[in-house]
Amino acid sequence: MKHLEEKIFKVIMICAAIIIFGVLVYIITTVFYRGLPALSLDMITKLPGGGFYLGKEGGVLNAIVGSLYIIIGSLAISIFISVPLVMYINFYLPAKSIFSSLIRFSLDILFGIPSIVYGAFGFALMIFLGVRASLLGGILTVAMLIMPIMMRSFDEITRLLSHDLPDALLSLGATKYEMIKVILRQLMPGLVTAILLAVGRGIGDAATVLFTAGYTDNIPASLNQPAATLPLSIFFQLGSPVEEVQNRAYASAIILTVIILILSFSARYFGSKFSKHKI
Amino acid sequence: MRRLRAVKDKTVRYFMLGIAIFTILLLIVIGLSLFFKALPIMKEKNLWVLLTSADWKPFKGDFGFLPFILSTFYVSFIAIIIALPFSILTSIYLNSYASKNVRRFFEPVVDLLSGIPPVIYGVWGTLTIVPLIADKIAPGFVEFSTGYTVLAGGVVLAVMIIPLLISIMLEVFRSIPKEMTDASLAMGATKWQTVKKVILRRSVSGIIAATVLALSRAFGETMAVLMVCGNIAQIPHSIFDACYPLPALIANNYGEMLSMPSYESALMFSAFLLFIIVVLFNGLSRFTLNQIERRYQF
Repeated sequence: MKHLEEKIFKVIMICAAIIIFGVLVYIITTVFYRGLPALSLDMITKLPGGGFYLGKEGGVLNAIVGSLYIIIGSLAISIFISVPLVMYINFYLPAKSIFSSLIRFSLDILFGIPSIVYGAFGFALMIFLGVRASLLGGILTVAMLIMPIMMRSFDEITRLLSHDLPDALLSLGATKYEMIKVILRQLMPGLVTAILLAVGRGIGDAATVLFTAGYTDNIPASLNQPAATLPLSIFFQLGSPVEEVQNRAYASAIILTVIILILSFSARYFGSKFSKHKI
Repeated sequence: MRRLRAVKDKTVRYFMLGIAIFTILLLIVIGLSLFFKALPIMKEKNLWVLLTSADWKPFKGDFGFLPFILSTFYVSFIAIIIALPFSILTSIYLNSYASKNVRRFFEPVVDLLSGIPPVIYGVWGTLTIVPLIADKIAPGFVEFSTGYTVLAGGVVLAVMIIPLLISIMLEVFRSIPKEMTDASLAMGATKWQTVKKVILRRSVSGIIAATVLALSRAFGETMAVLMVCGNIAQIPHSIFDACYPLPALIANNYGEMLSMPSYESALMFSAFLLFIIVVLFNGLSRFTLNQIERRYQF
């Protein structure tokens, strides 16, 4: 009897796992099936002709470049803040201090805040500062979104680091700052993983840039011009009544999915590299 | 030379301390600024009326958030009901039954599911789930449905929160000492009995915490839900009605809200509402999960 129950539940569990895997395959094939006929070289090399909403010509270069600009800018900001913070929690504060658990706790909560709330906050901030929807606004808001992601995953990896090397460095008379410069080199693959995860999240998020970056047919030439982004190019062009424009949206969906696939697998690659270094 | 090194070290230390304080403050600043943006509408209207009225006519000055709040809850609960069994079964399988190879194969599957952007989920939902509901499922229950429904939002959301549930549950299961499961197996219990009587019983609080966390993720999800749930400001009466969750309300109306101060304030109020709920839910479940992690560390 108990062995029968065992078998039944094992089958159910395997089915659940297979269904979850199946859904992933289903999502990716749906996107490719619908988007592949629309995908062409023009998509990634041309700006939309005659307006992104109604124009039938051209591609989504504006969105690709816009997303790239935004992600590079926000990445620069969040690396500049995340790396010192993680180093501070792990090597400056005592191992079980209240301050460090408070920081980690607020990171957990910041991580859980929905992107639409970041978007609304970013928008309120921009009104306060008198900035219109622009590349700058997008960069700042996406930076807020990806900072907690980067900090948390970099912190997790840093925590695994054995304390032998830091101790050896300190006993040789290095100051903590000098020690950190050495340790960062060892943590590099971990930092790359954290960055890739953050980029994946930041590049695909639409709700943060919806208010803050705006949308445009052109490539932004300065920080205070609006910038198009890939997720919004899918969202807006899908709502168009023109079939060619909708096809552009499906093509953008493929481009975004491929970017995410590449990012996800390279994060995994660097992550595994790091676990080799650990031993 | 020595002095310079010490000064450098100190400067860096203060810089880092500043960043640490900034990170904690950021949370408070976000909360406060949303609160102050929402203040005009809370002053203008009774808070209770805002939360329980179903009249949404922004251009007449009626701001009743009930349809949006209920929509958010309905969609999220459907998502949890669908996602929970799949996630629990899969994480038990990965934790107690699966071979190393299967586990290694499944890690990137979970990663990818959590990495796919909301907008792609939305595209997938409109291409597959919405027509499925409109043509196959809904006709069995109601006369007509566009497919852009509470159910569609729930299904898409379910897929989106499954990776979060699985990864947290795996962590919770992993925190159970191997000695406990070994003892159970050594007494002649089958694997499933061990799962039932040891692992699941030990993980109840963890599973609840994971559920609450996933629920708060579901509350805030914007783009995917917006694309499949119809966006009609009404109280949905069945899962085949269109609905309009809070995040979708904010996302859809940002352009026109600038012309009316009270409208802008009303939308910021919904952002504030989301913020409060999510912070509360997150705080509670993260606290529980931290406790669990610490439970078996001596």
